[in-house]
Amino acid sequence: MGRYVARRLLQMIPVFIGSTLLIFCMMFALPGDPVAALFGEKKPDPAQIAAIKHQLGLDLPLWHQYWNYLTGLFQGDFGTQIATQRPVAEVISQAFPVTVRLTLFAFVFTVLAGVLLGLVSGLFADKVFDRVVLIFTLLLISVPSFVLGYLFQYLFAFQLGWVTPTVQDSQDLGQLLLPAIVLAALSLAYVTRLTRTSVAENLRADYIRTAIAKGLPRRRVVGVHLLRNSLIPVVTFLGTDIGSLMAGAVVTEGIFNVHGIGNTIFEALNRREGSTVVGIATLIVIVYLVASLLVDLLYAVLDPRIRYD
Amino acid sequence: MTLLEVRDLHVDFHTRDGIVKAVNGVNYQVEAGETLAVLGESGSGKSVTAQAVMGILDMPPGRIPKGEILFHGEDMLTMSKEERRKIRGARIAMIFQDALSSLNPVLSVGYQLAEMFRVHQGASRKEAKAKAVELMDRVKIPAAKARVSDYPHQFSGGMRQRIMIAMALALEPDLIIADEPTTALDVTVQAQVMELLADLQREFNMGLILITHDLGVVADVADKIAVMYAGRIVETAPVKELYKAPAHPYTKGLLESIPRLDQKGKELYAIQGLPPNMAKVPDGCAFHPRCPVARDVCRSELPPLAEVGEGRGSACHFWKETLGE
Ligand SMILES: Nc1ncnc2c1ncn2[C@@H]1O[C@H](COP(=O)(O)OP(=O)(O)OP(=O)(O)O)[C@@H](O)[C@H]1O
Ligand code: SF4
Ligand SMILES: [Mg+2]
Repeated sequence: MGRYVARRLLQMIPVFIGSTLLIFCMMFALPGDPVAALFGEKKPDPAQIAAIKHQLGLDLPLWHQYWNYLTGLFQGDFGTQIATQRPVAEVISQAFPVTVRLTLFAFVFTVLAGVLLGLVSGLFADKVFDRVVLIFTLLLISVPSFVLGYLFQYLFAFQLGWVTPTVQDSQDLGQLLLPAIVLAALSLAYVTRLTRTSVAENLRADYIRTAIAKGLPRRRVVGVHLLRNSLIPVVTFLGTDIGSLMAGAVVTEGIFNVHGIGNTIFEALNRREGSTVVGIATLIVIVYLVASLLVDLLYAVLDPRIRYD
Repeated sequence: MTLLEVRDLHVDFHTRDGIVKAVNGVNYQVEAGETLAVLGESGSGKSVTAQAVMGILDMPPGRIPKGEILFHGEDMLTMSKEERRKIRGARIAMIFQDALSSLNPVLSVGYQLAEMFRVHQGASRKEAKAKAVELMDRVKIPAAKARVSDYPHQFSGGMRQRIMIAMALALEPDLIIADEPTTALDVTVQAQVMELLADLQREFNMGLILITHDLGVVADVADKIAVMYAGRIVETAPVKELYKAPAHPYTKGLLESIPRLDQKGKELYAIQGLPPNMAKVPDGCAFHPRCPVARDVCRSELPPLAEVGEGRGSACHFWKETLGE
């Protein structure tokens, strides 16, 4: 087990280097110029630009720039934004917790609502409730999340006035509720369907018949015997889903004006701030890797037939 | 008082292909300490009858339109769900064919055994676990204490079936129903598991309903036999008498189809044809399309289970001739 974790952590190093390099190259290949962007509408003086570029090391070849970036990173230096002169680490540490909060909120909502809806539909497979939930999830899957976002915003904020249309204070969970639900919608639909299928299938399993034959109360048959087995595939899905939720947060943040990494990455892209984009993207990759490791470990806890060594 | 008495039990399944009458008026009795073997081809309704007794039929699609299941004289079909649940596992327990799929794969065997004591007796975790180890000892699982936290997939087939037996035995029930308990096992361990079950039954003076295809096992452990065909009992008798002189052509066919040492080299007899489709059971005697001695009356009239001797019954119009041969 310990060796397995160590191996997985070691595997993260090449993935980490590969993904930073890839994004670095993509930033390099983009047209536009972070230094020229500094001058805005003014016609810049080419000599001045060259001087600034030289000072920032932007005139070096790609591999050299990447090397400088990596060595900086290992010393804890994420670089500095060119336009604002703020350290990238500071920009990220301000934006990141906001997105994490939004993502976690959406994640918890996905798990609770998805498992509950899926469980009840699975227990009453092909009954009215199940049919209604099926249609509901189909809707969530087929409507793009930005459409859903604007729709909810229009309905709950502008028409009903229950919530503010945009998020003023990202510490306020009440304000984050609507964006979190929009962000969660797609995952919620998948988790619901997955749980439903799994529950309906396990319900016919022999060991459930045994549990009933043992005279266990229904609560126990469902809560202990059925649910635990049914959640195994759901947990696997949730592991990969955390990464998609974070990526989805970028879009949702735009709609509801949440100042998280979505906004930051958008601004940085506009100004061709390479180090900011690479920093954020790398962080998302790391979150994704760590989350899937945690889920694999949880998987082994849920299913003793799985052994890592 | 009779331990278990099934009276005129009917079970239907409402399926897409129509109504399947899986059980059509089954009667049988089991006394304390007695072993009743239930025999019959696949689909004859053996398991469905057992599930009805146990109260674990899938309803729907299953339905019990008619019948009584008296346990210590009380009809379980009129009891509340909660009353029945308390009987299940505690006073009537069941052992299934495939122990691997019948045990929960994600819970340790110790947990699954201990659960019986925790749920039915309100025992604490610790007490229940100690009792689980005791049970595993009792069914002769080596190193029970060390293995109590292991999971089902870590045991061999024979050991898993011992765990199922331990689970059934946990609360010392009055009646155990074993549905083909050794079919899924290696031939070499079948006998050991069967012997264990028979020993424990004797020790606790339990009633045992043993569903099986294995006529050899029946001869060894059963006191009496009920032969089922197409959802009905076609013959019941004490084991020895039935083996000596069957009173139903179907039973006769079954007995003649077992390989015997003294007839080595002879071609084995096989009952011709296939078991009936339970959605379209033939009129009259359901066995008539396959019966070597069928006559006209068999196609139109259903033979009742006639008393053919002390504690013996046969549902054949011509039982006398069959018996007399
Ligand atoms: N849940 C169900 N839904 C529909 N039909 C069923 C169901 N359970 C059993 N049946 C039908 O009831 C009939 C009797 O089945 P049963 O399982 O009792 O046979 P059996 O005698 O135990 O056979 P086997 O030796 O194969 O175990 C079969 O025709 C089967 O198709
Ligand atoms: S009643 Fe007729 S068909 Fe049925 S077993 Fe007897 S002889 Fe055969
Ligand atoms: Mg069966």
